[in-house]
Amino acid sequence: MNVLANITRSKRDPKIIRSGPSVVPTADWMARNLGWFSIALGTAQLIMPRRFTAFLGTRGHETIVRAFGVREIAAGVMSLSVDKQAGLWARVAGDALDLATLRRALHRGNRKRGNVVIALGLVGGIAALDLIAAGAAQKTHARDSRKRRDFSDRSGFPHGIAAARRASAGT
Amino acid sequence: MRALVWHGKEDIRCDTVSDPEIEHPRDAIIKVTSCAICGSDLHLFHNAIPAMLPGDIMGHEMMGEVVETGSGLNGSLTKGDRIVVPFTITCGQCEQCKRGNFSVCERSNRKKALADKVFGHATAGLFGYTHLTGGYPGGQAEFLRVPFADTTHIKIPDGLSDEQVLFLGDIFPTGWQAAAQCEIERGDTVAIWGCGPVGQMAIRSAILLGAEQVVAIDCLPERLSMAEAGGAIPLNFEEESVIERLNELTGGKGPQKCIDAVGLESHVSLGQPDTLYDRAKQMLLLENDRPHVLREMIYVCRPAGIISIPGVYSGLVDKLPFGMAMNKGLTFRMGQTHVARWTDDLLKRIEEGQIDPSFVITHTVGLEDGPEMYRVFRDKQDSCIKVVLKP
Repeated sequence: MNVLANITRSKRDPKIIRSGPSVVPTADWMARNLGWFSIALGTAQLIMPRRFTAFLGTRGHETIVRAFGVREIAAGVMSLSVDKQAGLWARVAGDALDLATLRRALHRGNRKRGNVVIALGLVGGIAALDLIAAGAAQKTHARDSRKRRDFSDRSGFPHGIAAARRASAGT
Repeated sequence: MRALVWHGKEDIRCDTVSDPEIEHPRDAIIKVTSCAICGSDLHLFHNAIPAMLPGDIMGHEMMGEVVETGSGLNGSLTKGDRIVVPFTITCGQCEQCKRGNFSVCERSNRKKALADKVFGHATAGLFGYTHLTGGYPGGQAEFLRVPFADTTHIKIPDGLSDEQVLFLGDIFPTGWQAAAQCEIERGDTVAIWGCGPVGQMAIRSAILLGAEQVVAIDCLPERLSMAEAGGAIPLNFEEESVIERLNELTGGKGPQKCIDAVGLESHVSLGQPDTLYDRAKQMLLLENDRPHVLREMIYVCRPAGIISIPGVYSGLVDKLPFGMAMNKGLTFRMGQTHVARWTDDLLKRIEEGQIDPSFVITHTVGLEDGPEMYRVFRDKQDSCIKVVLKP
């Protein structure tokens, strides 16, 4: 990465010799990875929904898979954005919807019930990750209102506001 | 040397980089003694302004001591001089510089071809502020090369601390220009959106320029308390309607002068549905900037009023009620700050004790803590308003 970064420098500009540690919080790192995962999964659902319905034994429900794909992409974009908490909580809500939908496919008439159980396990695992990431992101980026400082003594006018207004009258 | 380097969106690190060198006879090298994180650095932190590249050194608010000079400075600077470096690099010789339009200097942007393509015509080179403005290394570092150093500096007399004068390089003249271009008259009400560092400076500038009433709009109590301390009437937009309150304070006529010290990343809240719309469009790359403040200003500003925009915008905005602005006869003033136009006067005011810009500093840390402070400042944690770094 540093080699690439240095290629873009002008000839005599400072170049990276040694990179410092990344301070990207773990929660943000998780959001980034889950965001890309979400976009990849959503794209797959959007362009090849039959693969999903065939695996789950739910042929004829491709429209739902596509709709879920759009939802995954939207949540992924949000998770990659500055407002990653919103994206991650959207993923948690989406996971709940996925689990509820998969649950409906778990009936005796479905010959791919085994696959549905696998899918439920996978979604459950990812839901746990999403929940951890969303909680961590919320905590990392929250403002603590109890530590709020009061700056009512910081006028910036060493001689007071009245003197500043008088000075303005003279300008 | 050590420097804060942009590695990607929300990823700034304290790297070891090679030292800058004199490249041109008009260059100088300074040892940076103080530098600051500016609100507009957060737009780069978020990658909201295009043309940052991994390896770019951040920072455009800095000062220090001259340690090396080029051969063409003609005695304007000598080793040991203590200077503040304006964020706009100015040649002092082109037509725009001669007119005092320093932020659109015609010669200092070394990536002029790229800027010409994007902006139609290139603007000045800026330190640490994307390759559209020259791709110059910034000043959040131990050393900085200052191009056109004979014209790009403010010499600091003895007896003034770094904290008193550091902001002459950006936020103080930026807030001042925002107020000055409002052409404030006796009896005017000036409404200022955003109580970050530039908003705080704009409040004090409006007071010093004779505004009758200054209304400060934000949602953070600590920032509003600082605004009130500076003589403004605080307006928390999460607790009351901006339009109703401004009309109430102006006899139903609206403020004559409005200042947007927010820029492209305005606050998003459920109470302001257009902000959600903008955020969604911005995420999908269908819009660069979130112009909620511009919409509100155009709506509430008194007809024939002036709208002043020091807040940074990067590209395309959507749903801007321009017909409303045209029919109300509003005047728009905006642009990067012509720093050198204002600094003699502002330095004099600091020396005379009219104002002490250091009031805005809430955090002072070493350079190595800079990456973490970007996040603290962005998340507005620990009541952070202004961070000064000591390399």
